[in-house]
Amino acid sequence: MKLIILENYSQASEWAAKYIRNRIVQFGPGPGRFFTLGLPTGLPRDHPESYHSFMWNNFFKHIDISPENVHILDGNAPDLQAECDAFEEKIKATGGIELFVGGIGPDGHIAFNEPGSSLVSRTRVKTLAMDTILANARFFDGDLSKVPTMALTVGVGTVMDAREVLILITGAHKAFALYKAIEDGVNHMWTVSAFQQHPNTVFVCDEDATLELRVKTVKYFKGLMLVHNKLVEPLYSMKEMGAERSQSKKPYSD
Amino acid sequence: MPSNKSVSDAPIVQFTNCRILRDHQLQREDLWVREGKILNPEKVFFDEKGSADVQLDCKDSIIAPGFIDVQINGGFGVDFSLATDDFKSGIDLVSQKILSHGVTSFCPTLVTSPPSVYHQVLPQISVRNGGAHGAGILGAHLEGPFISKEKKGAHPEHCLRTFEAGAFQDLLATYGSLDCVQIVTLAPEMRRSSEVIQELTKRGICVSLGHSVANLSQAEEAVQHGATFITHLFNAMLPFHHRDPGIVGLLTSDKIPAGRRVFYGMISDGIHTNPAALRIAHRAHPKGLVLVTDAIAGMGLAPGRHTLGQQVVEIDGLNTYIAGTKTLSGSVATMDTCVRHFQEATGCSVETALEAASLHPAQLLGIEHKKGTLNYDSDADFLMLNDNLYVRATYIAGEEVWRQDASGM
Repeated sequence: MKLIILENYSQASEWAAKYIRNRIVQFGPGPGRFFTLGLPTGLPRDHPESYHSFMWNNFFKHIDISPENVHILDGNAPDLQAECDAFEEKIKATGGIELFVGGIGPDGHIAFNEPGSSLVSRTRVKTLAMDTILANARFFDGDLSKVPTMALTVGVGTVMDAREVLILITGAHKAFALYKAIEDGVNHMWTVSAFQQHPNTVFVCDEDATLELRVKTVKYFKGLMLVHNKLVEPLYSMKEMGAERSQSKKPYSD
Repeated sequence: MPSNKSVSDAPIVQFTNCRILRDHQLQREDLWVREGKILNPEKVFFDEKGSADVQLDCKDSIIAPGFIDVQINGGFGVDFSLATDDFKSGIDLVSQKILSHGVTSFCPTLVTSPPSVYHQVLPQISVRNGGAHGAGILGAHLEGPFISKEKKGAHPEHCLRTFEAGAFQDLLATYGSLDCVQIVTLAPEMRRSSEVIQELTKRGICVSLGHSVANLSQAEEAVQHGATFITHLFNAMLPFHHRDPGIVGLLTSDKIPAGRRVFYGMISDGIHTNPAALRIAHRAHPKGLVLVTDAIAGMGLAPGRHTLGQQVVEIDGLNTYIAGTKTLSGSVATMDTCVRHFQEATGCSVETALEAASLHPAQLLGIEHKKGTLNYDSDADFLMLNDNLYVRATYIAGEEVWRQDASGM
């Protein structure tokens, strides 16, 4: 794995954004598609807390993506399992996920793969853990009864099939989860730990998120920042395709 | 990918690089319009899988709902209280000219007049949508003749009337028809006014208190019977007194029926009301303040003499008096000037100033589901303004109907 440690939330976000941008340009999107991840069920699509609203307000409305390239799991589909299976099929049909971007929960979950989820699971319906419900209550005016209790989510196995995984972790409340994810063993109680067995994972975090890690780990990866920063400088642009793209080999392998 | 043909053929226009007034705040958002209404882009994106056909860069303008003027007696030489042969073209002229002041809907106002005037003029006023031809007409505002002699202001005394004889039937006979009437201003202390207020309210007509010597209880009773507006607060009513606040006391009265709000018009031209008084009213009841121009025929013309119904008025700068007196009679202010003056005098936020001329009049008339806001599915009547609240362009039903050209005209 590559552990990228930045000073604070904005710097971590900016590094991740630049990295994703470079990867998109390198990927040379054409008929390439775009997938978006797991979401709570039962919320009407235009509810302000639905993932449709979230993705629209925080992402889609700011970019020029074509609506037919957006694939969001529909939590209101009549047959939820069929919806999940179809999602898996769509991923396969487009040649698999090139880059998966996600965060982790304080309980170490990736997507909504709560503690105890199979590390080879696929897209399915999951019941949310109390920890997650509590964490989400702030979006529902603190009213626990309003928080959805089930969610559709990509599975750990689904994400493991991606060619590259980028996880963003910021804040002290995620520190313990990060420790469990990278310094302890692979364990289905901390599903992010599965990525220790993925060939190509990047964790981007801020100082606060490293609070539970060993000083040795942090020093080691900070020492590699010179090399890691080559992944975001130069910033590629779609206009300068061609020569740049063909030289997309990484500075070193994991 | 443009509009989804199976849903609608009409082009989708996206106004970008602007700050829109929504939910009482200026937000950095794009404004989407289709078929004359404000569109919800999230629905278009997910449900229709569509996107904009046309994108317009608004160069960082403020986009606000179009202004609504509920008290305007005329302008540019046209007097709504004069039954001329070319009345229709007169009202068309005014409705077209006020687009440059940011007004997208208005209530042509008639001052106290003899019944013959009402019978000739009212049938020529029809409720109609705005467009390139001019601002929309919401209905007439009849200010008088059922008002108080002591507070007639610029209204002609010989035309004043009371409700003594037939109350509502009298009113109907005087006006002839109430078909296109939106607001009636009357003095509530007159006998039998309660029945009249109830009848008017039943017909969906907004009753306003003004040109009156009513005390607070009489005013409160009128509100309980259905009155919801106060015509040009402070002017033509008893002054505020600490033991009997009069009509002004409605702003903080505790006898307003639950769920109802009393609105009050203010002419913020800097002349009708001292800025300190404007601030007192605004601070006492900010959500009820409705900016009005009370503009007269002389608005938009050079200083001099003009008519106001049966009277002759004289314009000197921003002041308009009954010729030969110091009695104020209407104003020559434009709506955008009033908005700017209101914002400067009270130091309120830009959002508050804009809402006093758009959201509040729409709420007064009960039309805020389609006018006065930039909410999804409302009529796309809006303005582009610069940071100093000067109108740069006016749009009605999503079409540009006025734009300030380079020469600044």
